Amino acid sequence: MRLAIRNARVVDPASGRDGMGEVFVEQGRISERFSKADRVIDAGGLVLAPGFIDLAARLREPGFEHKATLESELEAAAAGGVTSLACPPDTDPPLDEPGLVDMLRRRAQALARSRVYPVGALTVKLQGAALTEMAELAEAGCAAFSQANAAMADTQVLWRALQYAATFGFPVWLRAEDAWLAKGGVAHDGEIATRLGLPGIPAFAETIALAAILELVRATRARVHLCRLSSARAVELVRAAKDEGLPVSCDVAVHHLHLCERDLGYFDSNCRLDPPLRSERDRDALARALAEGVIDCACSDHTPVDEDGKHRPFAEAEPGATGLELLLPLTLRWGAAQALSLAATLARITCEPARVLGVEGGRLAPGAPADLALFDPDAPLLIAPETLRSQGKNTPFLGHELRGRVRCTLVAGQVIYGA
Amino acid sequence: MKLPEAERLCEQLAAELRARVARETAMIGLYTGGAWLAERLHAMLRLELPLGLMDIAFYRDDYHAQGLHHDPKRTRIPFDVGGRDLLLVDDVLYTGRTVRAAMNELFDYGRPASIALVVLADRGGRQLPICAQHCGARVEVPAGMRLRLKRAEGGALALALEPERAA
Amino acid sequence: MPRSNPQLSANGELQHLLSIEGLPRPVLEQILDTAESFVGVTEREVKKVPILRGKSVFNLFFEPSTRTRTTFEIAAKRLSADVINLNVAVSSQSKGESLLDTVANLSAMQADIFVVRHDASGAPFLIARHVKRHEHVINAGDGRHAHPTQGLLDLYTIRHYKKDFARLTVAIVGDVLHSRVARSLIQGLTTLGVPEVRVIGPQTLLPGAVEALGVRVFHEMRAGLKGCDVVVMLRLQHERMRGALLPSAQEYFKHYGLTQDKLAAAKPDAIVMHPGPMNRGVEIDSSVADGPHSVILPQVTFGIAVRMAVMSIVAGN
Repeated sequence: MRLAIRNARVVDPASGRDGMGEVFVEQGRISERFSKADRVIDAGGLVLAPGFIDLAARLREPGFEHKATLESELEAAAAGGVTSLACPPDTDPPLDEPGLVDMLRRRAQALARSRVYPVGALTVKLQGAALTEMAELAEAGCAAFSQANAAMADTQVLWRALQYAATFGFPVWLRAEDAWLAKGGVAHDGEIATRLGLPGIPAFAETIALAAILELVRATRARVHLCRLSSARAVELVRAAKDEGLPVSCDVAVHHLHLCERDLGYFDSNCRLDPPLRSERDRDALARALAEGVIDCACSDHTPVDEDGKHRPFAEAEPGATGLELLLPLTLRWGAAQALSLAATLARITCEPARVLGVEGGRLAPGAPADLALFDPDAPLLIAPETLRSQGKNTPFLGHELRGRVRCTLVAGQVIYGA
Repeated sequence: MKLPEAERLCEQLAAELRARVARETAMIGLYTGGAWLAERLHAMLRLELPLGLMDIAFYRDDYHAQGLHHDPKRTRIPFDVGGRDLLLVDDVLYTGRTVRAAMNELFDYGRPASIALVVLADRGGRQLPICAQHCGARVEVPAGMRLRLKRAEGGALALALEPERAA
Repeated sequence: MPRSNPQLSANGELQHLLSIEGLPRPVLEQILDTAESFVGVTEREVKKVPILRGKSVFNLFFEPSTRTRTTFEIAAKRLSADVINLNVAVSSQSKGESLLDTVANLSAMQADIFVVRHDASGAPFLIARHVKRHEHVINAGDGRHAHPTQGLLDLYTIRHYKKDFARLTVAIVGDVLHSRVARSLIQGLTTLGVPEVRVIGPQTLLPGAVEALGVRVFHEMRAGLKGCDVVVMLRLQHERMRGALLPSAQEYFKHYGLTQDKLAAAKPDAIVMHPGPMNRGVEIDSSVADGPHSVILPQVTFGIAVRMAVMSIVAGN
């Protein structure tokens, strides 16, 4: 099937291309120009970019189907222009067995929507004690291994896990948080938590764990991707580690680029996030670091939570925010605030996460998979329960109007949303 | 329209009351205008028992509509109400609701032997079966206006008309 | 992200009392002035006024407490309201009913005022966002966050004995980290213009960002008490401590317990306050608790008048 997309502002962050033009698709891949197309899509001058790659989106299957299902969340992904997503292993049961991973991949493939890359559990049941069969899990399709948000107190086990992963060259994705220092905390240990009387998680809970992880990377040369940085100090540690040449990469959740502890307001449990929203200074440092490339990419950290889970006092509420449909508008807003070009802005959700995930997508070069997002960067998008396709309506941006609306999404040359 | 002089009415009331007060007679003034008037009368009549002052905020019948709409003053009754002949003093008698509230409050302090109502001005318009035993003057008040007692810096009392405050 | 203070209606009237933070000075002063009138009521033969006759006050205590619940009950009854006590800790919560479902069920029973105590900071805010227009929420203590009626009665007590806030030095001693009483009082004192508010305690019991509340920090008690007009002792809350915050009550008493000797550092006419219940010999010596500086018992009387004031103000708005 030959598809031509005409009259588009083609933006390819990997090559820096940004200009009016056309894109040609054949057999599910980007192809060279051809003259006769079976189907033509007129982009109407809108932006055509590689489909977005989200390094963390919880689809809630298996185990949490009352919060969301593959159907609803993949629909949300398509509406958000996300063509590839990695899902964390904290399902129920956790993704620590090849059979579960296989089943998830098959289910996702059968729905023929965005590409789903399961991230396997680093330890059995995510309990931080016994290693999983990483080689088996990789064969079943795991792109990397992680503990999701589960604490890993035993540093001896962490060391062994990194050594084992390094043996096979598997990447390990870790959230830096010291289990003991974070225990019982629900908000950043700063002015707001003090006023609101909420147990706090100090920033050094992140940096102490991060320093430990970096030492272990030095010792094992494991490839580690640090998930959801939350503090300015952590940014500095990563900068130094990269300067030293350590094989590390990192991401930030898109909400943390815009919000800080002050946004908790009067105990808004939609702002109960993991890691917590820290100070203004931390938020600004994260935003700058993403622009500089010290932080490699942004992700949605999509976590649908049902009403019961959020309509509770702050400390009892389930952490997390829905994000697949906000990834584009929030990234665009960040890029504008940092005065970046559109290409540089979109790199953070296309070619950079593709590199971390180790997949082909995220670029518009001939031969690359035809995973595309056609969007209007100026169109308003009201964030409301009725407009969100995700089952999770939990976001601090509820009621806000953001800018950046996807009109059409393609995976392997097939339209999965819009036009 | 010309209002009667409050000072002159005071003297008139004092003269009237002299005949009925005894050593045991007690006086209670209602905040705010009634309290000013009572202070004046109490001094003129040289009453032995100290003056009582009352705020009816917690006994009003319009709480459900208006809420607690002004800062209540503290009611102080420095004598035993039980068995006492009382003079209840207010500046303007209108619907009678203020006096009703005052009597309810008074009975929570004890059971008086008698209560006589003393007012500077009666503007008519009663909504309850209440009347003043001693009244300085009847005053016609035009619609949309209210009659108030004012006290100047030097202490001089005067009646005044004001537009009715929006509810 | 809600921005407007949920306690105040559009025209600035007090709908709910959730925390002292965010209440303008005139509102605080109105409550204190109204409480003053109620003190008179509590001193006379008939200790009741009819103002809340026919209204229902539901005491929703998710955290057990006999003292506070009793004072709210007395206050409500003195306003002629009907009082219903719900020890929710025991009943529906344990059956897994959500907080909002519990409130909705009670709402269906025509409540006017909910007095809520909960161990999670912010719970009364959640409730206030979901009650009907004519229903009012009074926070009787939420987690570590606020205990506004206690803060108000402490302010009332200080005003009663010291008159002018603008000249005072007030010290709060003890477990500020876990204390909603301390947070509410600090906010009230700063709103009413107290020039110096101090907190005294070991580093483990003071929140990391405590200076952001507008206080001066002291770790040495005599230095902290020097020249104080008011000393507020906080209960050492054993039940709230998690983890290694203090080695023992004895060592705590030696350095932070209020004795005659340490009190001598304060002004000769300083008053000593305590929200109760006291741990004698842990945070305060009996001779001080029962001595001439102590105003701990009057605090209790003022507490009833303050709660009467709060209920009569919100229920009328």
